[in-house]
Amino acid sequence: MKRFYIPFIIFSGLIVFLASGLHNDPSVIPSALIGKKIPEFSLSTLHDKNKEISSEDLTGEPFLLNVWATWCAACKEEHEFLVDIAKRSKIIIYGLNYKDNRTAALQWLQELGNPYKESLYDSAGNVSIDWGVYGAPETFLVDAQGVIRFKHIGLLNEEVYQNMIKKLLINRQE
Amino acid sequence: MLSLIGYILLCASLLAALVQVVSPTIGLLLDESKYYNKVRVFAYIQFVFMFCSYMALTFAFLSNDFSILYVANNSNTSLPLMYKIAAVWGGHEGSLMLWVLILNVWTMSVCILNKALSFKFLARVLVVLGAVSVGFLAFIVFTSNPFIELTPPPLQGRDLNPLLQDPGMMIHPPMLYMGYVGFCVAFAFSIAGLMAENLNSEWAEKVRPWVLSAWVFLTAGIGLGSWWAYNELGWGGWWFWDPVENASFMPWLVGTALIHSVIVTQKRNIFQNWTALLAIVAFSLSLLGTFLVRSGVLVSVHAFANDPERGIFILCFLSLTVGLSLLIFAIKAHKIKTKGGFDIFSRETLLLINNIFLLVAAFTVLLGTLYPLIIDALNLGKLSVGPPYFNIVLAPLILPLLLFMTIAISTAWKSDKPLLVFNRLKKIALIAVISGIAFPLYFYMPNEMVVFIATILSIWTILGPLDIVIKHITKNTSLLLRAVSVFFAHAGVGILMLGIVYSSYFSLQKELVMQTNEFVNIGPYKVQYKNVDLQKGPNYVSLMGNLDIFKNEVFITRLFPEKRIYKLQSKPMTEAAIHSTLFHDLYISLGEPLQRDRWGVRIYYKPFMSFLWIGILFMFVGGIISISTSVIEKRKIQNTS
Repeated sequence: MKRFYIPFIIFSGLIVFLASGLHNDPSVIPSALIGKKIPEFSLSTLHDKNKEISSEDLTGEPFLLNVWATWCAACKEEHEFLVDIAKRSKIIIYGLNYKDNRTAALQWLQELGNPYKESLYDSAGNVSIDWGVYGAPETFLVDAQGVIRFKHIGLLNEEVYQNMIKKLLINRQE
Repeated sequence: MLSLIGYILLCASLLAALVQVVSPTIGLLLDESKYYNKVRVFAYIQFVFMFCSYMALTFAFLSNDFSILYVANNSNTSLPLMYKIAAVWGGHEGSLMLWVLILNVWTMSVCILNKALSFKFLARVLVVLGAVSVGFLAFIVFTSNPFIELTPPPLQGRDLNPLLQDPGMMIHPPMLYMGYVGFCVAFAFSIAGLMAENLNSEWAEKVRPWVLSAWVFLTAGIGLGSWWAYNELGWGGWWFWDPVENASFMPWLVGTALIHSVIVTQKRNIFQNWTALLAIVAFSLSLLGTFLVRSGVLVSVHAFANDPERGIFILCFLSLTVGLSLLIFAIKAHKIKTKGGFDIFSRETLLLINNIFLLVAAFTVLLGTLYPLIIDALNLGKLSVGPPYFNIVLAPLILPLLLFMTIAISTAWKSDKPLLVFNRLKKIALIAVISGIAFPLYFYMPNEMVVFIATILSIWTILGPLDIVIKHITKNTSLLLRAVSVFFAHAGVGILMLGIVYSSYFSLQKELVMQTNEFVNIGPYKVQYKNVDLQKGPNYVSLMGNLDIFKNEVFITRLFPEKRIYKLQSKPMTEAAIHSTLFHDLYISLGEPLQRDRWGVRIYYKPFMSFLWIGILFMFVGGIISISTSVIEKRKIQNTS
């Protein structure tokens, strides 16, 4: 009766996977979009239903695109840092509000501060699919030519941010 | 001094737990009854030590003994008395103390209430319970000692997390823990049964009240937690698919499956292995839940790195407990003899189907909870899958579950004919379909198909068991009681479902800035903002809004939503004010002050919100009736024999 071993085997597999996972040296999931132009889109902004922003409006200056949502706990943690960099550096940050509720999102910005030049409201998540968004938070670095240079999945912090800025500078020198 | 006494008592109870495991194990191995027939005594001794140690910690809180680090971190001289008692389990160390104390209470109850158990069986059960206790006590003593001293002692403590300073939060954790830990009894009975190679209907009859008790507590715990979130978070929401909530929902789902599987084992002497496996899974998920919530892993896996001792201990303990029990299951399960079969169309099959739905639901919740943790563990970043995932995957699992619930209770054991069942249920189906379409259509004109489906199935779930109660009203009390318990539990699910669907699909919300005497209309109500004034609490100041509620130009009540600022915390806490009636809630919470006399106000109108709490209460009552029925039946059998 081998079938009674199945739960034990599944569990052992899980433990082995987790244990080995903890010691892995993983690399960031590569994004197919890096080095390519940003996908074309047109979305209304979070603050104004009637104001549309398209991909063309964004090009011209380098910017960060930060994917966020009020249901995402990690975003709250990240938000402080975004507000901080928005204050101290000149970099433009756009928000991509992902599968969220407009009123909740506005409330959130009112309470925690708004680091975004403009937040795009993607309630259905269609534009986010084009950008290859896995979940929230995620941050993209786009250069002045509208080419995606860097993608970070998860919380943004000082180290990652400095790394991004470095990439931007290197690209500029090239 | 107090800390030393407490610590020594804690170590003593660890020692007693060790003896409770080792002595009967030797006895069972050598088949020497003198080593295991006194095992109850060790359980009692362990309880006494643990209880005294816990009391020492409670006393330290009551006497503001800030020379103990844990007290200084979680209490304050101005904290009200009842929160000082609750503050004992307000942090990591103390909540583990509570966990072990509750485990001791369950162990004692088994010793006292299960007098009829053979010494050998009881010894096996107590070895398992003792082993779990040893694990937890060792965890406390070696990595999370609550009695660590702080020199020099500070004059004032840091205060209890204000989120926890709520009457609901006082009873919520003990209830939840009673539930979590309660599954340990079913787990221990399963391991003992597997070791004895006997999981017959007599075994199931003994284990059933324990499973039900754990489930009842867990239901109450989850209900209180949601109630707390609804009142305290100020968003009008009550369930956020937060990992902490999921951690309690998973054992609940598996526990629900277990309750039903135990019934089959008791009645029909089949599904024995399945029942044992479910008990193991339910307890494993409880353990996972405890650790997820308490280890800091949820906040960040990097808590492991900051505190490697705790993290590694937890991983080892979890894999050892679960691994070992699954191994025992693997070795012993095929030796359990199953008698009797059943037809494809029978109550057994239907219960099995619902068991599978519940398990798959638990699994999807587990996946959604652990996936972000695994991604984080692999250093791939941090992300949340969020409510969209859970709502999408769970709806197709829960709705068919409702459909089968009523079919199952109307189908005979062993074998039945679909046509007969159809005849039994056609009237109810007709009523459910007609009212389930007419009601939402008349009142709400919904666009979503799912509203109609959910309404029909909810009514179906309520009427099905009601019909059976009516049919049983002239039969004997025991059968009637069983029918009543099924009614409460199943109708509770239906009522809860109605509450969830209507409060989420048809709630209205307004978020606006209001100034004195300004009106706003929401649903049938008119809300008039008066002012916000300052009130003083024992350890906080409160900005209390005054809003008058009118309906049809008649004054109904005045609501007082608050923003509390606790002295030692900077972040203000929201206290929503709710005008609750059977068919709708009016929910108001304060936002931010904008200018003088102008405040941000959030107003929600939530239809059928009370149904949610009534539904949970019904399930709770159903569980209680079922436990009492088991006890009454047992008494009767004892009296006749």
